[in-house]
Amino acid sequence: MSSVATETAVTIQVDGQEVAVPEGATILDACDAAGVETPTICYGPTLTPVNVCRVCVVELDGSRALVPSCSRPAEEGMVVHTDSERVRHSRKMVLEFLATGVDVSQADELGQWADHYGADPDRYVPGGQTMDEPVRVQDNLYIRDYDKCVLCYRCVEACGDDAQHTYAISVAGRGFGARISTEFDVTLHDSACVYCGNCVAVCPTNALQFKTEFDLRQADDWRPEDQTVTQTVCSYCGVGCNLELHVQDNQIVKCTSPDDHDVTKGNLCIKGRFGWNYV
Amino acid sequence: MPPRLRGHPLADLHFGDDQPTEAEQAAIDAIVPPADAATVVETERIVRGGRSRRHDLRHLLLPVLHSLQHEIGWISPGGLNGAAERLGVPPAEAYGVATFYELLRTTDPGHRDDVVHLCVDPACAMAGNNDLRTSLEAEGARVHDSPCLGQCERAPALFVQGVGRPDRVPSDDEEDFHLPQAGDPSLRVLRRVGEVDPTSLDSYRDHGGYEALARAIEMGSDAVIAAISDSGLSGRGGAAFPTGIKWRAVADEPGPDKHVVANCDESEPGTFKDRIVCEHDPFAVIESMTIAGLATGSSHGWIYIRGEYPRATARLESAIAQARAAGLLGDDVAGSGQRFDIEVRRGAGAYICGEETALFNSIEGFRGEPRNKPPFPTTHGLFSQPTAINNPETLINVLDIVIEGPNAYRSVGTERSPGTRLFCLSGRIGVPGLYEVPFGTTLGELLDLAGGPTGELASVLLGGAAGVFVGPDALDMPLTLEDTREAGATLGSGVVTVFDDTVDMEAVVVRIAEFFRDESCGQCVPCRVGTQRQHEVLVELQASGRPLAPERSELIDDMALAMVDASICGLGHTAASAVRSALALGLIGNSS
Repeated sequence: MSSVATETAVTIQVDGQEVAVPEGATILDACDAAGVETPTICYGPTLTPVNVCRVCVVELDGSRALVPSCSRPAEEGMVVHTDSERVRHSRKMVLEFLATGVDVSQADELGQWADHYGADPDRYVPGGQTMDEPVRVQDNLYIRDYDKCVLCYRCVEACGDDAQHTYAISVAGRGFGARISTEFDVTLHDSACVYCGNCVAVCPTNALQFKTEFDLRQADDWRPEDQTVTQTVCSYCGVGCNLELHVQDNQIVKCTSPDDHDVTKGNLCIKGRFGWNYV
Repeated sequence: MPPRLRGHPLADLHFGDDQPTEAEQAAIDAIVPPADAATVVETERIVRGGRSRRHDLRHLLLPVLHSLQHEIGWISPGGLNGAAERLGVPPAEAYGVATFYELLRTTDPGHRDDVVHLCVDPACAMAGNNDLRTSLEAEGARVHDSPCLGQCERAPALFVQGVGRPDRVPSDDEEDFHLPQAGDPSLRVLRRVGEVDPTSLDSYRDHGGYEALARAIEMGSDAVIAAISDSGLSGRGGAAFPTGIKWRAVADEPGPDKHVVANCDESEPGTFKDRIVCEHDPFAVIESMTIAGLATGSSHGWIYIRGEYPRATARLESAIAQARAAGLLGDDVAGSGQRFDIEVRRGAGAYICGEETALFNSIEGFRGEPRNKPPFPTTHGLFSQPTAINNPETLINVLDIVIEGPNAYRSVGTERSPGTRLFCLSGRIGVPGLYEVPFGTTLGELLDLAGGPTGELASVLLGGAAGVFVGPDALDMPLTLEDTREAGATLGSGVVTVFDDTVDMEAVVVRIAEFFRDESCGQCVPCRVGTQRQHEVLVELQASGRPLAPERSELIDDMALAMVDASICGLGHTAASAVRSALALGLIGNSS
């Protein structure tokens, strides 16, 4: 029926394949539509792209440098290459660079992509600078292990403009010395933090962890393969947030919410996120 | 001030227990009086403030931090809380901004002495900065190593950051200003430098000042922009973007909330041209910005100037005040019926803030991190509004183009690089200083004009740390955009640093790598980690005393390619350029 508004489609070429995506979609959306898998680190489906990790770069005909697929809007007629030598090289180098300075042992997806692109973090000068940060254990809800931080800004965005509007953390410092920090690195308790845990939910490297997970890992007893996930609805208020209770040995060990849930978009408050001890 | 698009009006700001001292409060009040506070605290945690009011004030964050630094000597937790509360900025974000800048301290120095910044970049290293450090320290000075301070023609350079006293540059006091080419009738950009009294509007008018603005108003916007386009004027900061296209794009955007920004944040090691121009011909910067404002239909003008340039800042501020008093800035510029006025903003020590989008973020009160492009500044610039950003050298060229027309302008230079170019000569050269020559002058002719190399010429660094080394075989290279590009070199911001065969080039290149490591904003992975690892490879090479191993050479190339291809901005794109050219020329890496 002609009266039904249709979305304007934009057609672009991804690795020789024509893909139509709605206007406003990104190159990454087009890659997804074309069935081309793309590594991402700082991109999150619920977050505004900040395009800082550069692992999702693609080669765009007519562009001198590679472009970040997560943030670049698809435009009619674009010709994109996701597996050219230049793209493979930059993706490999980003993964290699991160592995030289950061503990990525708990970032499974990163590790898989690093293998895929042949990243070799051992070929650098021995004794090079690393994050070198102590684990910050300041309460019983979550810990911050900045040795594992890749500075993807996801926690900052989730704490700030994209979800919580609390602005308890920011990037501080500059260059290799940049760190996620509260003002003057005060404890979370003294900061604006409201313990919603939305930063934990978006962290791609486990630099932010539930204290329960941290303790189990310390005891060498963290067994994701033995965990079950139970879907339920939070019982605290009437909003109706979906909860995913992760259970190991009949104990809840962490709580998440689905990114694609209409109400939460993956976000919760302190009660839903951490208030399950009564169960 | 137009609204910011980031940040949220319902932010529940939380401040810790630290309160500003009386002195800190006074430093904050001096920039933002209590009556203008962004927010009203109604209970302990509930903060009410209109969206626009809070967004109106964030651009004052850097000035408030400057004020605290200057009065107190550092930014304490109480001072930061006071500033953040007054402006309605979350304290974590204010801390993120404060820790971004070299000239702002967030740890207690334990003293209230002035800090003497000593340049450690190549020109000053060649001029004996280590001896100077030793003698300063013997006198009890608090010496702080600094990247290039933009005084390479009078190296070694110092900048004294005052606590409770004005910042100053010691050589400003003693220097009897000297322009090597003074009196040369072929000068265009530098014609008035050293001739005009930079503190007097009348003197500027006596030297032809404000004739171009009157002519531009007669011509009208379209004709001015057409003349700029026909002249072939291109940006003098390094990217060489056609100025006419930039202005046309901004003029075509709906106004009047559009901006003209003069980028006086030159921080490329070896660059000092905009400092000299702003110090000695500030009205020319103001007049040409005003022409840009009227031509593009922009109401707002901004000058973003290096924090290390106190004299240029004072002279620009004085020039603005005089121009405003004479009706040459304000609600009706020179009877044109158009509004245009200018605010000056000081940087606080960050090379990256010379990158245009980082500069916008810095003015807006955010960390000076570059934005991904597109969108470009002509549509989404300062405050996400259309913005024409040019550096002073580019802007001053506009005056002659408006007066004489594009054909006269094109009578010097080459077809593809019309006009003249400023070059900053330093290092092992007879008469270091600022020179203006037509595009197409060869490198050898330029060196001869400056008295020739003082020793056996080994290499020349063209374009600064972001540029490339060339050898003596490049002396015949015409200095044009097209010839340097063809040779794989660059004019960059006009840096010509000369090295003779006695200079330890490994030390120079290690320092260049260290410069990029220090100045990377840290936002994107290729640059944040790449500049760090590149420096580590070069330090290893220097310590080894052996030739560069093939696997290390490959690593340098691999890192360089990723930085060029995948970094967000020009800093990462150029961070390996000088290093690789030094290796290719055999200046380093050959020890046996």
